[in-house]
Amino acid sequence: MKLHIDIEKKLGAFSLQVKADVSGERTGIFGESGSGKSTLVHLLSGVMKPGVGEIRLDDEILFSSSRKINIPPEKRRIAIVFQQAMLFPHLSVKANLLYGYKRCRPEHRRIKPEALIELLKLQPLLPRGVENLSGGEKQRVALGRAILANPRLLLMDEPLSALDDQLRFQIIPYLRSVSEEFRIPYLFISHSLTEMQLMAERIVELRNGHCIDETTPEELARKKMAQSPGGYLNLIRLADPANCNGLFAYRWGQNTLLISAGQPQGESLFELSSREIILFKKHPEAISARNLLECRVTEMFDSEGRVGVVLSVQGEKLVAEIVRSAALELDITPGSTLFAAIKASSFRRLG
Amino acid sequence: MMVLTPEDITAIGLSLKVALTATALSLPLGFAVAWLIVFTSFRGKVLLEVLINLPLTLPPVVIGFFLLLLLGKHGWIGRLLNASGIPIIFTWKAAVIASATVGFPLLVRSIRLGMESIDRQLIEASRSLGAHWYDTLLTIILPLSLRGVMAGSLLMFARSLGEFGATIIVAGNIPAITQTIPLAIYDYASSPSSTAMALSLCLVSVLISVTVLFLHELLSRKLDRERAQ
Repeated sequence: MKLHIDIEKKLGAFSLQVKADVSGERTGIFGESGSGKSTLVHLLSGVMKPGVGEIRLDDEILFSSSRKINIPPEKRRIAIVFQQAMLFPHLSVKANLLYGYKRCRPEHRRIKPEALIELLKLQPLLPRGVENLSGGEKQRVALGRAILANPRLLLMDEPLSALDDQLRFQIIPYLRSVSEEFRIPYLFISHSLTEMQLMAERIVELRNGHCIDETTPEELARKKMAQSPGGYLNLIRLADPANCNGLFAYRWGQNTLLISAGQPQGESLFELSSREIILFKKHPEAISARNLLECRVTEMFDSEGRVGVVLSVQGEKLVAEIVRSAALELDITPGSTLFAAIKASSFRRLG
Repeated sequence: MMVLTPEDITAIGLSLKVALTATALSLPLGFAVAWLIVFTSFRGKVLLEVLINLPLTLPPVVIGFFLLLLLGKHGWIGRLLNASGIPIIFTWKAAVIASATVGFPLLVRSIRLGMESIDRQLIEASRSLGAHWYDTLLTIILPLSLRGVMAGSLLMFARSLGEFGATIIVAGNIPAITQTIPLAIYDYASSPSSTAMALSLCLVSVLISVTVLFLHELLSRKLDRERAQ
């Protein structure tokens, strides 16, 4: 998928001026609220018309002020998953799911309802009305509805923001598996760094209506380390722990991590803030933190005065954050060997 | 005791006929106007709104007089209609036009309220899922503003039943031809011996109004139940 955006739009005092060339299947649009993310969604979907400029998807011009082209929304084949599911309240789950499918030209119907219903586990919901579904179920139906329209591009406009943490990370695997399985490229719009790391390969960063950076989730997370409340968030996927004195003992490569907030079975995703890792130059003899990992510094980066230390723990990657004076005092340089201490309670389970 | 003369019964029938016709004819136009106001932007929109709401603030007699000028023998429309052999003034059709004009703002207002309560993102969702604007209008906007459409229709129907001022001017008060319930009551009320007759027709009015209100409640409950399933 190749998306070329070069547009301007004035909305009262706010003006959006975005110039970006996006390619790849999984792109993130990152920005705080008020940065123009939602306006961009309206402009791409076609319900709002840019002032001037051009939007091209692959080789088709969707909008061009100079050539007087403005393809209406129903012909763009760009489906949206909204923050609130926005299911049609007067229709059943099934009718919602099929709304776009019925309106899709037969030659474009690549994805069949049965396959999607199976993948999203929607079968039991089909005959129900949409009003009494839970938040997560609603969002699954909304996702299914968008996919069944067989779009060329899927816009996910903060699809997880209205859900609580637990649900959010239950939905993410669906979002990813659906777009991978059916090969639908997407733009994932969000203000959450964690979501960006989980959903995007490339990221366009918006601020005050302008595109200020085109980057990767990793670079963005490093850049935002100092100012974001959780620092750099290490995301670690672990599975099937053993019980160890009331803690969960997970295998992490060749290491073992002791975690208090695990769950006995299955895979879990954990978040570990870079600020929760304490670094020692020498092996501390006695320590209350349950995880002490010997590691090697592979790289160091700067984020507004803070130092990010990229550690290799027997091949696994971890980012710790220290202040500059600490880096100088401990003489930490790429190649140094350190000990990282992490409390068992520092791991936050996301889902 | 209720005493209804055959003329009264004709008046009741005529009232219902006029109110029903006025509502039915206004409904598509009212829906279209409400849609224009809520979902589109165009030059002169404020003027349109003022024009539509004007009958709400004007005395019905004034409206009746304007209609008479417009539809009368020498009026713009009257001349055309006369030429094509369709008399309007002092027929039940004039009563329909009077009722439609007076009730129209109420109808549009209710439908507008219904449409304004629809989340714009639902419309965006529908469009982005491949629906043309008219498809969205029929499959999303109409069903979701049905409550407003219903309330507006009943309000307009009730207002038409009570229409007096504009009707008496353009349609006159001709028994069995243009005499609706309010006009008949007006006739009875002006002679002291007919109090009982006037009261009977008043009771009929109350009965029809109560029925209309009940119907409204029942239908909205039905809508709610369907929504909740």
